[in-house]
Amino acid sequence: MIKLQINGQVREVDVVEDTPLLWVLRDVLGLTGTKFGCGIAQCGACTVHVDGKAVRSCLLAVGAIGNRAVTTIEAVGQTPAGARVQKAWLDLEVVQCGYCQSGQIMSAAALLAATPHPDDSDIDAAMAGNICRCGTYVRIRAAIKKAAGERQA
Amino acid sequence: MTIHTVSGPSRALSRRTILRAGAAAGGGLLLGFYAPFADAAAANTSGAAPSDGGPFAPDAFIRVDRAGKVTLIMPQVEMGQGVYTSLSMILAEELDAAFATVAVEAAPPSDALYGNPMFGIQATGNSNSVRAFWKKLRQAGAGARAILIEAAALQWKVDPASCTASDSEVIHPPTGRKLGYGALADAAAKLTPPANPPLKNPKDFKLIGKPLRRLDTQDKVNGKALYGIDMLPPGVKFAAIAACPVFGGKVAHVNDSAATAMPGVRQIVVLSDLVAVVGDHFWAAKQGLEALDITWNDGPNAHVNSAQIRKDIKAASEHEGAVAKSRGDVEKALKGGDPIEAHYEVPFLSHAPMEPMNCTVHVRPDGCDVWVGTQVCARAQAIAARVTGLPLEKVTVHNQLIGGGFGRRLDVDGIEKSVRVAQKVDGPVKVVWTREEDIRHDFYRPIYYDRITATLKDGRIDGWKHRVTGSSIMARWFPLGFQHGVDIDGVDSAIDEPYDIPNMRVEFLRHEPPAVPTGFWRGVGPNNNVFAIESFIDELARKAGKDPLDFRLAMLGKTPRLKTALELAAKKAHWGDPLPPRVGRGIAAQISFASFIATIAEVEVDREGEVRLRRITCAVDTGIAVNPDTIVAQLQGGLVFGVTAALYGEITIDKGRVQQSNFNNYRMLRIDQTPPIDVHLIKSGEAPGGIGETGTTAGPPAVRNAIYAATGIALRRLPIDREVLAGRKQP
Repeated sequence: MIKLQINGQVREVDVVEDTPLLWVLRDVLGLTGTKFGCGIAQCGACTVHVDGKAVRSCLLAVGAIGNRAVTTIEAVGQTPAGARVQKAWLDLEVVQCGYCQSGQIMSAAALLAATPHPDDSDIDAAMAGNICRCGTYVRIRAAIKKAAGERQA
Repeated sequence: MTIHTVSGPSRALSRRTILRAGAAAGGGLLLGFYAPFADAAAANTSGAAPSDGGPFAPDAFIRVDRAGKVTLIMPQVEMGQGVYTSLSMILAEELDAAFATVAVEAAPPSDALYGNPMFGIQATGNSNSVRAFWKKLRQAGAGARAILIEAAALQWKVDPASCTASDSEVIHPPTGRKLGYGALADAAAKLTPPANPPLKNPKDFKLIGKPLRRLDTQDKVNGKALYGIDMLPPGVKFAAIAACPVFGGKVAHVNDSAATAMPGVRQIVVLSDLVAVVGDHFWAAKQGLEALDITWNDGPNAHVNSAQIRKDIKAASEHEGAVAKSRGDVEKALKGGDPIEAHYEVPFLSHAPMEPMNCTVHVRPDGCDVWVGTQVCARAQAIAARVTGLPLEKVTVHNQLIGGGFGRRLDVDGIEKSVRVAQKVDGPVKVVWTREEDIRHDFYRPIYYDRITATLKDGRIDGWKHRVTGSSIMARWFPLGFQHGVDIDGVDSAIDEPYDIPNMRVEFLRHEPPAVPTGFWRGVGPNNNVFAIESFIDELARKAGKDPLDFRLAMLGKTPRLKTALELAAKKAHWGDPLPPRVGRGIAAQISFASFIATIAEVEVDREGEVRLRRITCAVDTGIAVNPDTIVAQLQGGLVFGVTAALYGEITIDKGRVQQSNFNNYRMLRIDQTPPIDVHLIKSGEAPGGIGETGTTAGPPAVRNAIYAATGIALRRLPIDREVLAGRKQP
């Protein structure tokens, strides 16, 4: 059994150590808000926080996590940055199909937690790993700025 | 607002429908379009009590329960384009329902009751949800409002004309009396809606035209929204599948000794053309699949390759096509002038929606449940029934939110494969495509070859001959759309090009690529046609010595709505203002999906041939804008989708196999490459146009023409060739 700290709870899972966190979240624990997109850390749909940092869960073996705290989209709204990002996402109608947005929000929340007033290059650096096929990038950029309390560009 | 997904049995096909009210199971009002010849047995199982003994559609479009809760049944699927909101607005507008409290349900499979009026089948595509249902949903809303008012008037013994409705209440202004829709539902259910209920004057619209919050987005920011891939019915197992990497290949032999020993692997399913591994979770299944030693029989397509396909379509395009449109005397015009000819080519493309293909199925001896996000709900049911041999009504389709459709989910191949796997599995199984399997086994946007010849006279186009050569998707998907050699989608935006050209002919020449399955891809027919036409217009402008804007404006006399859009886009994009070296602006002007859109891209091309997008500006007249902010969002996103294809998109085939596999080699535009995108809506009282795909078709020609302006290099093939732009290769 592997012990994980997920969204403030200790969860025990019976999987082999090299199982990626993504599939443990989705298929074993039923936390389906974290999405599968590519499996090779190219699209960011599976982004979660590990000790507050954005990590691609599709390549993170559960055996390597140890005592570090995992936060998923289901609980990110309980962090100040996560709640601000979710609100800005709704206020600016960022979302279209929505499938990638869990990952986008996790990346944006980690960015704001570390860099409360990001400029365009900070946003590019933090968000370029998250693909959105619906092409919501213009609004993602605006929403991050809104969540940061800046005037919209 | 709440959103439910519902499922239900099928109903027989009938094209003729009548607006009709009836009682809901448990009391309340149902209103919808009754199909006179619908299967009585289906209605009898529905729990609906028909008011005159005839069969009645149990789900209809509107349900009002005794507590006053208004539920709107959505015939079209939500895949990010915002139709749950815009179609609800149309219904609620005429119904005068309190919008904040209405609930939305996905319609069950039924071509008869929920068929798209523009297709005759239940399908979400071709940017036509609002266009197709505009009238029908207004009538449904107005019909329900009329009988609710009539019910109140009867109770109050007043003239219905002296009553009005607002916020789900009927009001009698002379006396100030009010009754909620819930209190009137049972009485209204016994009344007959007017055959042609009067519709509101657009100036009285309260909802339509307001930028309303999307109904489906709240749960999409907190992880609660459920897509097909999120289904976890009790006892579900997980499957990874592999089809033969060569199109059409079969399984020859499978050695599963290593896989069966792996932790979490439960079952190996070997079918004639695919192999699946079933496990306790998807990772176990995928690891098991990778551990299998599969020998494939590649079959007859192992020699298919892109170079040959390109050679063949070019050769085919030299033959005559079927005439789709003809006016004036094109041969005379071409002989009388100095013809200019150009050829344009677009490649195969994969859809790559962020939600990979998936389908969860539970096959039992007496029934089958299918959980999936599909653009064609009734076809999903039909394919599951065909595979299992069960009657239609024993197949329940639980349609889910779609994590990107883009046309991929207009085909049901994934459902067919999943049901076949599920037949071998005891209990429910969720079949998920890896990204690699998703990209390598798609129904690809076909390669098209457009050949255009034109003559100029007095600085304007005099003769125009456009031949579209390529796959007919309609012939496979909707045969009515392929008649006398013309694919109506294949010539879309070519036969209705906007310019005043006295002599013109448009031809379609069907040419199917070997082995490669082709399907609809966001933007459909207008993609290649607008790219070819607008690229060629820029080349002709240069021949004529005219500015590309002036050249177009002078020929838009018959299309004032587009002229206005182009003038606005030019103004907003600062057309004509000086630019630095290697920077250019490019125009695309078009009528697509009944929308009039002008787009101007501004790009910079560096010495290595890399293209940087600086800004995209577009102006659109799409008629009445039901939910204006959604229209802006769809254009912003659609432009990104199209520009992605122009800069990167290409699927190539070698030895019968797709060479791309994932986002590392099938690239997508990312946020750091996305420029500001400004969208300007033109106020209009015309009927709504389509918008979901319009931006996609506008991006590539605008970017291509901007590159032309920046470098003088006339690219004629997508995606852009950086070697050509760097001067290392001839165009």
